[in-house]
Amino acid sequence: MAQFFAMGGYARFVWPAYGVAALVLVGLLAHSLIGYRRAQRALDAEERR
Amino acid sequence: MQRFANPARFMRLSAMLLPWSAIAAAVLIAIGFYGALFIAPPDYQQGEAVKIMYVHVPSAWLASLVYAVMAVASAVALIWRHPLAHIAAESAAPIGACFTFVCLATGSLWGEPMWGTWWVWDARLTSVLVLFFLYIGFIALANAFDDRTRGSRAAAILAIVGVVNLPIIKFSVDWWNTLHQKASVFRMGGPTIATSMLWPLLVIAAGFLFLFAVLLMLRMRTALLRAKLRALRFGT
Repeated sequence: MAQFFAMGGYARFVWPAYGVAALVLVGLLAHSLIGYRRAQRALDAEERR
Repeated sequence: MQRFANPARFMRLSAMLLPWSAIAAAVLIAIGFYGALFIAPPDYQQGEAVKIMYVHVPSAWLASLVYAVMAVASAVALIWRHPLAHIAAESAAPIGACFTFVCLATGSLWGEPMWGTWWVWDARLTSVLVLFFLYIGFIALANAFDDRTRGSRAAAILAIVGVVNLPIIKFSVDWWNTLHQKASVFRMGGPTIATSMLWPLLVIAAGFLFLFAVLLMLRMRTALLRAKLRALRFGT
């Protein structure tokens, strides 16, 4: 297991690369979902008036 | 084409496609990264640093592909003046910018151990940086005018002009001497990369493609809901 995480000595390059990719793509997905829910709620409120 | 570009029809169609695309994206990305991290062998020259390829290369493919989608949508928007096409282009832009950023950041993290530098101003790296700025310029321009249609039109023209950058990115490694390696998957004569490394790469790329579809549909739906909200509030 420790050997896996060491990535043959390249851990300090491999894991940040995976981290950046995950952070940016998951962040974008979260941002898109939150914006969608917000627009849905605002439209529901407007239509109830 | 016109039939499918009807906003109401798009809302119905995307509601149907969204959950399946999300499942496909999650499954493909999970299988792909399992293969990349636990099955694919280390490279005979690069050792385990080659694991960076599995995030870098699919992001790079998507960076160019999303731009092509954005440019085609922009052309459709300008020629047929279809509002859904502007919405598609403007929804694609931030997604493309994110994939390009991931490509640049992971490339930098791969460059340092393999080339001994985080960055060089060579043809491939510079043309991808230009791609990133094209996305940023598109987003800025689309939102720069009080009159939304003027902004959308200006941004669409920028997107179409920027298409010249796509072949420059693709062929930069053949036309100029660069530190970046040449194509090893999409090349004449077929891939030169070992199958054990190729399949996780292609599965992750397919997963990223579905992720793009999910993000695009979500953002387009959001834009349509907001347009409806504006129409209700201001009667325009």
